[in-house]
Amino acid sequence: MSELHKLTANQLKQEYKNGKTTPQGAMQALLERIEKIEPKVKAFAHLPERCLAKRCQAPLTQKIDRFEVPGTFLHGIPVAIKDNICVKDELTTCASKILEGFRPPYDATVIEKLRNAGAILFGKTNMDEFAFGSSCENSCYYPTRNPWDTARIPGGSSGGSAAAVAADEVTMALGSDTGGSIRQPASLCGVVGLKPTYGRVSRYGLIAFASSLDQIGPITKDVSDAALLMNVIAGHDERDTTSADVAVPDYIKSLTKNVKGLKIGIPKEYFIKGIDPEVKSAIEIAVKVLTDLGAICKEVSLPSTEYAVSVYYIIATAEASSNLARFDGVRYGYRHQGEASMIDMVANTRGDGFGAEAKRRIILGTFALSSGYYDAYYLKAQKVRTLIKRDFDEAFKKFDCIITPTSPTAAFKIGEKTSDPLSMYLSDIFTISANLAGIPAMSVPCGFTKDNLPIGMQILSKPFDEETIFRTAFTYEQNTQWHTRKPKL
Amino acid sequence: MMKFDKTIVEYTAKLARMKLSDKETRELALQLADILKYIEKLNQADTSGVEPTSHVLPIKNVFRQDKVKKSLNIADALKNAPEKEGDFFKVPRIIE
Repeated sequence: MSELHKLTANQLKQEYKNGKTTPQGAMQALLERIEKIEPKVKAFAHLPERCLAKRCQAPLTQKIDRFEVPGTFLHGIPVAIKDNICVKDELTTCASKILEGFRPPYDATVIEKLRNAGAILFGKTNMDEFAFGSSCENSCYYPTRNPWDTARIPGGSSGGSAAAVAADEVTMALGSDTGGSIRQPASLCGVVGLKPTYGRVSRYGLIAFASSLDQIGPITKDVSDAALLMNVIAGHDERDTTSADVAVPDYIKSLTKNVKGLKIGIPKEYFIKGIDPEVKSAIEIAVKVLTDLGAICKEVSLPSTEYAVSVYYIIATAEASSNLARFDGVRYGYRHQGEASMIDMVANTRGDGFGAEAKRRIILGTFALSSGYYDAYYLKAQKVRTLIKRDFDEAFKKFDCIITPTSPTAAFKIGEKTSDPLSMYLSDIFTISANLAGIPAMSVPCGFTKDNLPIGMQILSKPFDEETIFRTAFTYEQNTQWHTRKPKL
Repeated sequence: MMKFDKTIVEYTAKLARMKLSDKETRELALQLADILKYIEKLNQADTSGVEPTSHVLPIKNVFRQDKVKKSLNIADALKNAPEKEGDFFKVPRIIE
Protein backbone atom coordinates (compact mmCIF):
# COMPACT_ATOMS: atom_id res chain seq x y z
CA MET A 1 0.00 0.00 0.00
CA SER A 2 1.43 3.34 -1.04
CA GLU A 3 1.69 6.25 1.35
CA LEU A 4 1.73 8.84 -1.41
CA HIS A 5 -0.69 11.10 0.45
CA LYS A 6 1.97 11.65 3.14
CA LEU A 7 4.67 12.87 0.77
CA THR A 8 5.80 16.46 0.44
CA ALA A 9 5.79 18.09 -2.98
CA ASN A 10 9.56 17.73 -3.22
CA GLN A 11 9.31 14.03 -2.39
CA LEU A 12 6.52 13.54 -4.94
CA LYS A 13 8.62 15.26 -7.60
CA GLN A 14 11.40 12.81 -6.83
CA GLU A 15 9.01 9.83 -7.07
CA TYR A 16 7.79 11.08 -10.46
CA LYS A 17 11.35 11.59 -11.64
CA ASN A 18 12.32 8.06 -10.60
CA GLY A 19 9.27 6.67 -12.33
CA LYS A 20 7.94 5.22 -9.07
CA THR A 21 4.55 6.87 -9.44
CA THR A 22 2.59 9.31 -11.57
CA PRO A 23 0.41 12.34 -10.84
CA GLN A 24 -2.60 10.05 -11.37
CA GLY A 25 -1.27 7.75 -8.65
CA ALA A 26 -0.73 10.63 -6.22
CA MET A 27 -4.19 12.03 -6.93
CA GLN A 28 -5.79 8.65 -6.41
CA ALA A 29 -4.03 8.23 -3.03
CA LEU A 30 -5.21 11.68 -1.92
CA LEU A 31 -8.78 11.07 -3.07
CA GLU A 32 -8.85 7.81 -1.09
CA ARG A 33 -7.44 9.61 1.93
CA ILE A 34 -10.08 12.36 1.62
CA GLU A 35 -12.85 9.79 1.34
CA LYS A 36 -11.64 8.18 4.54
CA ILE A 37 -10.99 11.16 6.81
CA GLU A 38 -12.72 14.22 5.39
CA PRO A 39 -15.96 13.40 7.28
CA LYS A 40 -13.93 13.87 10.49
CA VAL A 41 -11.87 16.91 9.46
CA LYS A 42 -14.14 18.84 7.05
CA ALA A 43 -11.25 20.81 5.61
CA PHE A 44 -12.86 21.44 2.23
CA ALA A 45 -15.61 23.85 1.27
CA HIS A 46 -15.72 22.31 -2.21
CA LEU A 47 -14.19 18.87 -2.66
CA PRO A 48 -11.80 18.19 -5.52
CA GLU A 49 -13.78 15.37 -7.07
CA ARG A 50 -16.89 17.46 -7.18
CA CYS A 51 -15.49 20.71 -8.42
CA LEU A 52 -11.88 20.61 -9.51
CA ALA A 53 -10.58 17.12 -10.20
CA LYS A 54 -12.23 17.14 -13.60
CA ARG A 55 -10.13 20.14 -14.54
CA CYS A 56 -6.94 18.25 -13.85
CA GLN A 57 -7.11 16.30 -17.09
CA ALA A 58 -5.02 18.76 -19.04
CA PRO A 59 -1.90 18.82 -16.84
CA LEU A 60 -2.11 15.05 -16.45
CA THR A 61 -1.78 14.47 -20.15
CA GLN A 62 1.53 16.30 -20.18
CA LYS A 63 4.53 14.06 -20.22
CA ILE A 64 5.95 13.53 -16.74
CA ASP A 65 9.52 13.83 -17.93
CA ARG A 66 8.89 17.48 -18.73
CA PHE A 67 8.38 18.36 -15.08
CA GLU A 68 11.87 19.80 -14.57
CA VAL A 69 11.48 22.13 -17.53
CA PRO A 70 10.89 25.72 -16.36
CA GLY A 71 7.17 26.35 -16.42
CA THR A 72 6.31 22.88 -15.20
CA PHE A 73 7.89 23.40 -11.82
CA LEU A 74 4.95 21.91 -9.92
CA HIS A 75 3.99 19.37 -12.52
CA GLY A 76 1.44 16.93 -11.12
CA ILE A 77 1.54 18.39 -7.59
CA PRO A 78 -1.93 18.65 -6.00
CA VAL A 79 -2.53 22.09 -4.43
CA ALA A 80 -5.68 23.03 -2.48
CA ILE A 81 -6.93 26.61 -2.76
CA LYS A 82 -8.54 28.72 -0.04
CA ASP A 83 -12.11 29.52 -1.01
CA ASN A 84 -11.45 33.30 -1.30
CA ILE A 85 -9.14 32.89 -4.32
CA CYS A 86 -10.83 33.01 -7.72
CA VAL A 87 -10.63 29.89 -9.88
CA LYS A 88 -12.31 30.36 -13.24
CA ASP A 89 -15.74 28.74 -13.46
CA GLU A 90 -15.35 26.93 -10.09
CA LEU A 91 -17.28 27.76 -6.92
CA THR A 92 -15.53 30.58 -5.03
CA THR A 93 -17.68 31.63 -2.09
CA CYS A 94 -15.45 32.87 0.78
CA ALA A 95 -17.55 30.41 2.85
CA SER A 96 -20.33 33.02 2.78
CA LYS A 97 -24.00 32.72 1.90
CA ILE A 98 -23.81 36.10 0.16
CA LEU A 99 -21.52 34.58 -2.52
CA GLU A 100 -23.52 31.38 -2.92
CA GLY A 101 -23.15 29.89 -6.38
CA PHE A 102 -20.49 32.38 -7.47
CA ARG A 103 -18.26 31.10 -10.27
CA PRO A 104 -15.60 33.69 -11.21
CA PRO A 105 -15.23 34.49 -14.91
CA TYR A 106 -11.43 34.64 -14.51
CA ASP A 107 -8.47 33.09 -12.66
CA ALA A 108 -6.55 34.85 -9.91
CA THR A 109 -2.93 35.52 -10.90
CA VAL A 110 -1.67 32.88 -8.43
CA ILE A 111 -4.00 30.33 -10.05
CA GLU A 112 -2.72 31.21 -13.51
CA LYS A 113 0.82 30.73 -12.18
CA LEU A 114 -0.06 27.36 -10.61
CA ARG A 115 -1.62 26.17 -13.88
CA ASN A 116 1.43 27.31 -15.86
CA ALA A 117 3.65 25.45 -13.39
CA GLY A 118 1.68 22.26 -14.03
CA ALA A 119 0.03 22.02 -10.59
CA ILE A 120 -3.21 20.11 -10.04
CA LEU A 121 -5.85 22.39 -8.52
CA PHE A 122 -7.19 20.15 -5.80
CA GLY A 123 -10.34 21.54 -4.20
CA LYS A 124 -11.33 24.72 -2.37
CA THR A 125 -10.68 24.81 1.36
CA ASN A 126 -12.98 25.94 4.14
CA MET A 127 -12.38 29.22 5.97
CA ASP A 128 -13.92 31.76 8.29
CA GLU A 129 -16.43 33.78 6.25
CA PHE A 130 -14.48 36.42 4.24
CA ALA A 131 -11.41 35.43 6.34
CA PHE A 132 -13.01 36.99 9.44
CA GLY A 133 -11.91 34.78 12.29
CA SER A 134 -9.24 32.74 14.02
CA SER A 135 -11.02 29.39 14.34
CA CYS A 136 -12.76 28.44 11.09
CA GLU A 137 -16.04 28.41 13.02
CA ASN A 138 -17.39 31.38 11.04
CA SER A 139 -17.90 29.35 7.84
CA CYS A 140 -21.40 29.25 6.35
CA TYR A 141 -20.84 25.51 5.74
CA TYR A 142 -19.46 23.87 8.90
CA PRO A 143 -16.52 24.36 11.25
CA THR A 144 -13.30 22.63 10.18
CA ARG A 145 -11.72 20.43 12.86
CA ASN A 146 -8.13 20.17 14.01
CA PRO A 147 -6.60 16.87 12.75
CA TRP A 148 -4.66 16.53 16.04
CA ASP A 149 -7.87 16.64 18.11
CA THR A 150 -11.15 16.87 16.26
CA ALA A 151 -12.87 18.48 19.27
CA ARG A 152 -10.63 21.49 18.67
CA ILE A 153 -10.43 24.30 16.13
CA PRO A 154 -7.76 24.23 13.38
CA GLY A 155 -7.22 27.99 13.67
CA GLY A 156 -8.23 30.48 11.05
CA SER A 157 -9.04 31.90 8.83
CA SER A 158 -7.12 29.55 6.49
CA GLY A 159 -8.07 26.65 8.80
CA GLY A 160 -9.24 24.44 5.93
CA SER A 161 -5.93 24.77 4.07
CA ALA A 162 -3.88 24.05 7.23
CA ALA A 163 -6.07 21.10 8.29
CA ALA A 164 -6.05 19.57 4.77
CA VAL A 165 -2.23 19.70 4.62
CA ALA A 166 -1.80 18.42 8.21
CA ALA A 167 -4.27 15.57 7.61
CA ASP A 168 -2.50 14.55 4.36
CA GLU A 169 -5.62 15.28 2.30
CA VAL A 170 -3.55 17.38 -0.08
CA THR A 171 0.17 17.89 -0.76
CA MET A 172 0.24 21.65 -0.32
CA ALA A 173 -2.18 24.60 -0.15
CA LEU A 174 -2.62 28.32 -0.63
CA GLY A 175 -3.98 30.51 2.16
CA SER A 176 -4.34 34.23 2.72
CA ASP A 177 -3.15 36.22 5.73
CA THR A 178 -4.52 39.57 6.89
CA GLY A 179 -3.72 39.35 10.61
CA GLY A 180 -2.31 35.84 11.00
CA SER A 181 -4.70 33.76 8.89
CA ILE A 182 -1.91 31.62 7.39
CA ARG A 183 0.48 31.47 10.37
CA GLN A 184 -1.95 30.87 13.25
CA PRO A 185 -3.70 27.83 11.64
CA ALA A 186 -0.32 26.51 10.44
CA SER A 187 0.90 26.72 14.04
CA LEU A 188 -2.20 25.07 15.50
CA CYS A 189 -2.14 22.25 12.90
CA GLY A 190 1.62 21.60 13.04
CA VAL A 191 2.49 22.64 9.48
CA VAL A 192 4.51 25.42 7.83
CA GLY A 193 2.82 28.69 6.82
CA LEU A 194 4.38 31.81 5.29
CA LYS A 195 2.92 35.29 4.99
CA PRO A 196 5.15 36.92 2.40
CA THR A 197 6.11 40.61 2.43
CA TYR A 198 3.20 42.91 1.55
CA GLY A 199 3.36 43.26 -2.23
CA ARG A 200 5.44 40.10 -2.83
CA VAL A 201 2.57 38.01 -4.24
CA SER A 202 -0.11 39.38 -6.56
CA ARG A 203 -3.58 39.64 -5.04
CA TYR A 204 -5.41 39.92 -8.34
CA GLY A 205 -8.33 37.55 -7.93
CA LEU A 206 -8.11 37.34 -4.14
CA ILE A 207 -11.45 38.50 -2.77
CA ALA A 208 -10.38 41.51 -0.70
CA PHE A 209 -10.71 41.73 3.08
CA ALA A 210 -8.30 44.54 4.13
CA SER A 211 -6.35 45.81 1.15
CA SER A 212 -3.43 47.34 3.07
CA LEU A 213 -2.82 44.04 4.92
CA ASP A 214 -3.86 41.03 2.76
CA GLN A 215 -1.24 38.64 1.33
CA ILE A 216 -1.51 35.20 -0.29
CA GLY A 217 1.01 32.59 0.85
CA PRO A 218 1.89 28.88 1.08
CA ILE A 219 0.81 26.31 3.69
CA THR A 220 2.99 23.21 3.39
CA LYS A 221 4.28 20.10 5.16
CA ASP A 222 7.83 21.45 5.40
CA VAL A 223 10.01 24.50 4.76
CA SER A 224 11.38 23.27 1.40
CA ASP A 225 7.86 22.95 0.00
CA ALA A 226 7.10 26.52 1.07
CA ALA A 227 10.18 27.68 -0.89
CA LEU A 228 9.05 25.64 -3.91
CA LEU A 229 5.56 27.18 -3.87
CA MET A 230 6.90 30.71 -3.30
CA ASN A 231 9.14 30.33 -6.36
CA VAL A 232 5.97 29.83 -8.40
CA ILE A 233 3.63 32.46 -6.91
CA ALA A 234 5.92 35.42 -6.05
CA GLY A 235 6.47 38.35 -8.37
CA HIS A 236 5.18 41.63 -9.72
CA ASP A 237 1.84 41.69 -11.57
CA GLU A 238 0.58 44.70 -13.46
CA ARG A 239 -3.00 43.71 -12.62
CA ASP A 240 -2.31 44.29 -8.90
CA THR A 241 -0.93 47.83 -8.64
CA THR A 242 0.09 47.22 -5.01
CA SER A 243 2.32 44.31 -6.01
CA ALA A 244 5.97 45.31 -5.71
CA ASP A 245 8.32 45.51 -8.68
CA VAL A 246 11.16 43.88 -6.76
CA ALA A 247 13.28 41.03 -8.16
CA VAL A 248 12.32 37.58 -6.82
CA PRO A 249 15.22 35.38 -5.71
CA ASP A 250 15.30 31.59 -6.06
CA TYR A 251 14.05 30.67 -2.58
CA ILE A 252 15.30 27.11 -2.89
CA LYS A 253 18.85 28.51 -2.85
CA SER A 254 18.21 29.99 0.62
CA LEU A 255 17.59 26.52 2.08
CA THR A 256 21.03 26.29 3.66
CA LYS A 257 21.65 24.54 6.96
CA ASN A 258 23.61 27.34 8.57
CA VAL A 259 22.68 30.01 11.10
CA LYS A 260 26.20 30.70 12.30
CA GLY A 261 26.50 34.34 13.32
CA LEU A 262 22.85 35.06 12.48
CA LYS A 263 21.53 37.77 14.82
CA ILE A 264 18.11 36.87 16.20
CA GLY A 265 16.01 39.22 18.35
CA ILE A 266 13.60 37.84 20.94
CA PRO A 267 11.04 40.54 21.77
CA LYS A 268 10.30 40.64 25.49
CA GLU A 269 6.79 42.07 24.86
CA TYR A 270 5.72 38.71 23.37
CA PHE A 271 6.23 36.77 26.57
CA ILE A 272 3.25 38.20 28.34
CA LYS A 273 0.73 37.18 30.95
CA GLY A 274 -1.75 34.83 29.29
CA ILE A 275 0.81 32.94 27.22
CA ASP A 276 0.58 29.20 27.83
CA PRO A 277 3.66 28.07 29.82
CA GLU A 278 4.07 25.09 27.47
CA VAL A 279 4.20 27.46 24.47
CA LYS A 280 6.68 29.72 26.25
CA SER A 281 8.92 26.80 27.13
CA ALA A 282 8.80 25.35 23.58
CA ILE A 283 9.97 28.69 22.14
CA GLU A 284 12.74 28.98 24.74
CA ILE A 285 13.98 25.50 23.81
CA ALA A 286 13.83 26.36 20.09
CA VAL A 287 15.88 29.51 20.72
CA LYS A 288 18.40 27.35 22.59
CA VAL A 289 18.60 24.98 19.59
CA LEU A 290 19.37 27.90 17.27
CA THR A 291 21.91 29.31 19.74
CA ASP A 292 23.66 25.93 19.89
CA LEU A 293 23.81 25.99 16.09
CA GLY A 294 25.68 29.26 16.18
CA ALA A 295 22.98 31.94 16.07
CA ILE A 296 23.33 34.96 18.36
CA CYS A 297 20.01 35.33 20.18
CA LYS A 298 19.38 38.45 22.24
CA GLU A 299 16.43 40.25 23.77
CA VAL A 300 14.92 43.08 21.75
CA SER A 301 12.12 45.52 22.57
CA LEU A 302 9.11 46.23 20.36
CA PRO A 303 7.46 48.72 22.72
CA SER A 304 4.28 49.40 20.68
CA THR A 305 3.27 45.71 20.56
CA GLU A 306 0.51 46.21 23.11
CA TYR A 307 -1.40 48.43 20.65
CA ALA A 308 -1.31 46.01 17.70
CA VAL A 309 -4.69 44.34 18.28
CA SER A 310 -6.45 47.70 18.74
CA VAL A 311 -4.86 49.20 15.62
CA TYR A 312 -5.69 46.08 13.63
CA TYR A 313 -9.36 45.90 14.58
CA ILE A 314 -9.84 49.53 13.50
CA ILE A 315 -7.87 49.41 10.24
CA ALA A 316 -8.87 45.90 9.15
CA THR A 317 -12.58 46.44 9.85
CA ALA A 318 -12.57 49.89 8.23
CA GLU A 319 -11.07 48.48 5.05
CA ALA A 320 -13.36 45.44 5.20
CA SER A 321 -16.45 47.61 5.51
CA SER A 322 -15.51 49.39 2.25
CA ASN A 323 -14.42 46.23 0.44
CA LEU A 324 -17.63 44.41 1.38
CA ALA A 325 -19.82 47.23 0.11
CA ARG A 326 -19.70 45.48 -3.28
CA PHE A 327 -21.89 42.62 -2.02
CA ASP A 328 -25.24 44.18 -2.78
CA GLY A 329 -27.16 41.47 -4.62
CA VAL A 330 -26.76 43.15 -8.01
CA ARG A 331 -23.85 41.53 -9.89
CA TYR A 332 -23.23 38.18 -8.23
CA GLY A 333 -24.17 35.90 -5.38
CA TYR A 334 -27.26 35.91 -3.22
CA ARG A 335 -30.17 38.33 -3.66
CA HIS A 336 -33.06 38.71 -1.24
CA GLN A 337 -36.23 38.51 -3.28
CA GLY A 338 -39.52 40.38 -3.18
CA GLU A 339 -38.57 44.02 -2.52
CA ALA A 340 -40.09 46.89 -4.41
CA SER A 341 -37.17 49.24 -3.82
CA MET A 342 -33.46 49.02 -4.49
CA ILE A 343 -32.42 50.19 -0.99
CA ASP A 344 -34.58 47.57 0.74
CA MET A 345 -33.26 44.86 -1.58
CA VAL A 346 -29.64 45.76 -0.76
CA ALA A 347 -30.26 46.04 3.02
CA ASN A 348 -32.12 42.71 3.17
CA THR A 349 -29.60 40.94 0.93
CA ARG A 350 -26.76 42.03 3.22
CA GLY A 351 -28.71 41.40 6.42
CA ASP A 352 -29.55 37.91 5.24
CA GLY A 353 -26.36 37.05 3.38
CA PHE A 354 -23.65 37.99 5.91
CA GLY A 355 -22.93 35.90 9.01
CA ALA A 356 -22.60 37.28 12.55
CA GLU A 357 -18.85 38.02 12.47
CA ALA A 358 -19.05 39.74 9.08
CA LYS A 359 -21.85 41.96 10.41
CA ARG A 360 -19.86 42.75 13.55
CA ARG A 361 -16.85 43.84 11.48
CA ILE A 362 -18.89 45.80 8.95
CA ILE A 363 -20.56 47.75 11.78
CA LEU A 364 -17.28 48.34 13.64
CA GLY A 365 -15.49 49.43 10.45
CA THR A 366 -18.32 51.65 9.23
CA PHE A 367 -18.45 53.26 12.68
CA ALA A 368 -14.67 53.87 12.75
CA LEU A 369 -14.90 55.64 9.39
CA SER A 370 -18.09 57.58 10.10
CA SER A 371 -18.25 61.34 10.45
CA GLY A 372 -17.32 62.51 13.94
CA TYR A 373 -15.36 59.37 14.86
CA TYR A 374 -12.83 59.15 12.01
CA ASP A 375 -10.07 61.16 13.76
CA ALA A 376 -10.49 59.48 17.14
CA TYR A 377 -10.40 55.93 15.75
CA TYR A 378 -9.20 55.52 12.16
CA LEU A 379 -6.63 58.33 12.02
CA LYS A 380 -5.35 57.52 15.50
CA ALA A 381 -4.95 53.85 14.52
CA GLN A 382 -3.01 54.81 11.37
CA LYS A 383 -0.62 56.88 13.48
CA VAL A 384 -0.05 54.08 15.99
CA ARG A 385 0.53 51.79 12.98
CA THR A 386 3.49 54.04 12.14
CA LEU A 387 4.87 53.46 15.67
CA ILE A 388 4.56 49.68 15.25
CA LYS A 389 6.36 49.82 11.91
CA ARG A 390 9.14 51.98 13.43
CA ASP A 391 9.68 49.39 16.19
CA PHE A 392 10.52 46.80 13.53
CA ASP A 393 12.66 49.24 11.49
CA GLU A 394 14.71 49.87 14.64
CA ALA A 395 14.95 46.19 15.58
CA PHE A 396 16.12 45.16 12.10
CA LYS A 397 19.01 47.63 12.32
CA LYS A 398 20.47 45.30 14.93
CA PHE A 399 18.96 41.90 14.09
CA ASP A 400 18.60 39.72 10.97
CA CYS A 401 15.34 38.22 12.16
CA ILE A 402 12.98 38.05 15.12
CA ILE A 403 11.53 34.97 16.79
CA THR A 404 8.26 34.81 18.75
CA PRO A 405 5.55 32.28 19.48
CA THR A 406 2.99 32.22 16.62
CA SER A 407 0.01 31.94 18.95
CA PRO A 408 -0.26 32.39 22.74
CA THR A 409 -1.89 28.96 23.15
CA ALA A 410 -2.26 25.67 21.31
CA ALA A 411 -5.61 24.91 19.60
CA PHE A 412 -8.65 25.71 21.74
CA LYS A 413 -11.93 23.78 21.83
CA ILE A 414 -14.68 24.30 19.28
CA GLY A 415 -17.20 26.75 20.76
CA GLU A 416 -14.83 27.94 23.50
CA LYS A 417 -14.52 31.52 22.26
CA THR A 418 -17.53 31.99 19.99
CA SER A 419 -19.57 33.99 22.49
CA ASP A 420 -16.68 36.32 23.36
CA PRO A 421 -15.42 38.08 20.20
CA LEU A 422 -12.74 40.03 22.08
CA SER A 423 -11.05 36.90 23.44
CA MET A 424 -11.11 35.48 19.89
CA TYR A 425 -9.48 38.69 18.55
CA LEU A 426 -6.75 38.41 21.19
CA SER A 427 -5.67 34.99 19.83
CA ASP A 428 -4.11 36.95 16.90
CA ILE A 429 -2.00 39.05 19.26
CA PHE A 430 1.39 37.75 18.02
CA THR A 431 0.67 37.62 14.29
CA ILE A 432 -1.03 40.98 13.64
CA SER A 433 2.07 43.21 13.85
CA ALA A 434 3.69 41.61 10.77
CA ASN A 435 0.69 42.61 8.65
CA LEU A 436 0.62 46.15 10.07
CA ALA A 437 4.35 46.55 9.34
CA GLY A 438 4.12 44.72 5.97
CA ILE A 439 6.99 42.37 6.83
CA PRO A 440 7.27 38.63 6.01
CA ALA A 441 6.68 36.05 8.75
CA MET A 442 6.56 32.26 8.87
CA SER A 443 5.25 29.75 11.39
CA VAL A 444 7.21 26.49 11.75
CA PRO A 445 6.40 23.56 14.06
CA CYS A 446 8.51 23.71 17.24
CA GLY A 447 7.02 21.18 19.64
CA PHE A 448 3.90 19.71 21.20
CA THR A 449 1.94 20.22 24.40
CA LYS A 450 1.37 17.40 26.91
CA ASP A 451 -1.98 16.84 25.16
CA ASN A 452 -0.13 16.27 21.88
CA LEU A 453 -1.19 19.57 20.29
CA PRO A 454 1.28 21.31 17.94
CA ILE A 455 3.09 24.52 18.91
CA GLY A 456 4.44 26.95 16.30
CA MET A 457 7.37 29.33 16.26
CA GLN A 458 7.14 32.56 14.28
CA ILE A 459 10.14 33.92 12.38
CA LEU A 460 9.93 37.51 11.10
CA SER A 461 12.36 39.46 8.94
CA LYS A 462 12.82 42.65 6.93
CA PRO A 463 10.58 43.50 3.97
CA PHE A 464 11.49 41.33 0.94
CA ASP A 465 13.92 39.26 3.00
CA GLU A 466 12.02 35.97 2.98
CA GLU A 467 15.42 34.35 2.35
CA THR A 468 16.59 34.85 5.95
CA ILE A 469 13.33 33.30 7.16
CA PHE A 470 13.80 30.28 4.88
CA ARG A 471 17.40 29.85 6.01
CA THR A 472 16.54 30.06 9.73
CA ALA A 473 13.44 27.88 9.45
CA PHE A 474 15.15 25.25 7.32
CA THR A 475 18.14 25.01 9.66
CA TYR A 476 15.85 24.66 12.68
CA GLU A 477 13.57 22.13 10.97
CA GLN A 478 16.40 19.90 9.76
CA ASN A 479 17.87 19.82 13.26
CA THR A 480 14.62 19.05 15.10
CA GLN A 481 12.27 17.05 12.82
CA TRP A 482 9.02 18.18 14.49
CA HIS A 483 7.50 18.40 11.00
CA THR A 484 7.71 14.64 10.51
CA ARG A 485 5.11 13.90 13.23
CA LYS A 486 1.66 13.02 11.95
CA PRO A 487 -1.75 13.21 13.65
CA LYS A 488 -3.53 9.93 14.34
CA LEU A 489 -6.81 10.08 12.51
CA MET B 1 -14.30 58.16 24.35
CA MET B 2 -18.06 57.84 23.90
CA LYS B 3 -21.02 55.70 24.82
CA PHE B 4 -21.64 53.02 22.23
CA ASP B 5 -25.30 52.04 22.29
CA LYS B 6 -28.20 50.66 20.27
CA THR B 7 -28.89 54.01 18.59
CA ILE B 8 -25.36 54.14 17.18
CA VAL B 9 -25.63 50.55 15.91
CA GLU B 10 -28.92 51.38 14.17
CA TYR B 11 -27.45 54.52 12.61
CA THR B 12 -24.29 52.68 11.49
CA ALA B 13 -26.30 49.78 10.04
CA LYS B 14 -28.20 52.31 7.97
CA LEU B 15 -24.93 53.78 6.67
CA ALA B 16 -23.74 50.23 5.85
CA ARG B 17 -27.07 49.42 4.09
CA MET B 18 -27.43 46.30 6.18
CA LYS B 19 -30.63 45.20 7.91
CA LEU B 20 -30.22 43.95 11.47
CA SER B 21 -32.82 42.31 13.69
CA ASP B 22 -33.56 43.81 17.12
CA LYS B 23 -31.72 40.94 18.74
CA GLU B 24 -28.64 41.49 16.54
CA THR B 25 -28.71 45.23 17.27
CA ARG B 26 -28.83 44.67 21.03
CA GLU B 27 -26.04 42.07 20.95
CA LEU B 28 -23.81 44.19 18.70
CA ALA B 29 -24.24 47.22 20.97
CA LEU B 30 -22.97 45.21 23.94
CA GLN B 31 -20.15 43.39 22.10
CA LEU B 32 -18.88 46.47 20.26
CA ALA B 33 -18.96 48.59 23.44
CA ASP B 34 -16.68 45.96 24.95
CA ILE B 35 -14.35 45.91 21.95
CA LEU B 36 -14.22 49.72 21.73
CA LYS B 37 -13.37 49.90 25.42
CA TYR B 38 -10.37 47.66 24.71
CA ILE B 39 -9.43 49.74 21.66
CA GLU B 40 -9.39 52.94 23.76
CA LYS B 41 -5.98 51.73 24.91
CA LEU B 42 -4.78 53.55 21.77
CA ASN B 43 -5.20 56.85 23.60
CA GLN B 44 -2.25 55.94 25.78
CA ALA B 45 0.06 55.98 22.74
CA ASP B 46 1.78 59.31 22.17
CA THR B 47 1.32 60.11 18.50
CA SER B 48 2.10 63.81 18.53
CA GLY B 49 4.03 64.62 15.36
CA VAL B 50 3.58 61.06 14.00
CA GLU B 51 2.46 60.70 10.39
CA PRO B 52 -0.33 58.18 9.72
CA THR B 53 0.55 55.02 7.72
CA SER B 54 -2.06 54.10 5.15
CA HIS B 55 0.26 51.86 3.16
CA VAL B 56 3.54 50.25 4.18
CA LEU B 57 5.35 50.40 0.85
CA PRO B 58 6.39 53.62 -0.86
CA ILE B 59 3.62 53.67 -3.40
CA LYS B 60 3.00 55.85 -6.39
CA ASN B 61 0.19 56.10 -8.86
CA VAL B 62 0.53 53.49 -11.57
CA PHE B 63 -0.40 54.57 -15.07
CA ARG B 64 -0.80 52.39 -18.12
CA GLN B 65 -1.03 53.17 -21.82
CA ASP B 66 -4.44 54.50 -22.76
CA LYS B 67 -5.07 51.58 -25.10
CA VAL B 68 -8.06 49.31 -25.46
CA LYS B 69 -7.30 45.84 -24.17
CA LYS B 70 -9.24 42.63 -24.16
CA SER B 71 -11.64 42.54 -21.20
CA LEU B 72 -14.60 40.46 -19.99
CA ASN B 73 -17.32 40.09 -22.57
CA ILE B 74 -20.87 41.02 -21.63
CA ALA B 75 -22.07 37.42 -21.34
CA ASP B 76 -19.29 36.54 -18.87
CA ALA B 77 -19.80 39.72 -16.85
CA LEU B 78 -23.52 38.96 -16.54
CA LYS B 79 -23.11 35.24 -15.92
CA ASN B 80 -23.32 35.49 -12.12
CA ALA B 81 -26.08 38.13 -11.97
CA PRO B 82 -29.10 37.19 -9.83
CA GLU B 83 -31.30 38.94 -12.41
CA LYS B 84 -30.56 40.36 -15.83
CA GLU B 85 -32.35 41.65 -18.90
CA GLY B 86 -30.67 41.87 -22.28
CA ASP B 87 -27.21 43.31 -21.72
CA PHE B 88 -28.06 44.73 -18.28
CA PHE B 89 -28.09 43.85 -14.59
CA LYS B 90 -31.70 44.10 -13.43
CA VAL B 91 -32.54 45.69 -10.06
CA PRO B 92 -35.73 46.86 -8.32
CA ARG B 93 -36.98 50.38 -8.93
CA ILE B 94 -34.51 53.10 -7.87
CA ILE B 95 -36.50 56.28 -8.62
CA GLU B 96 -39.97 56.62 -7.10
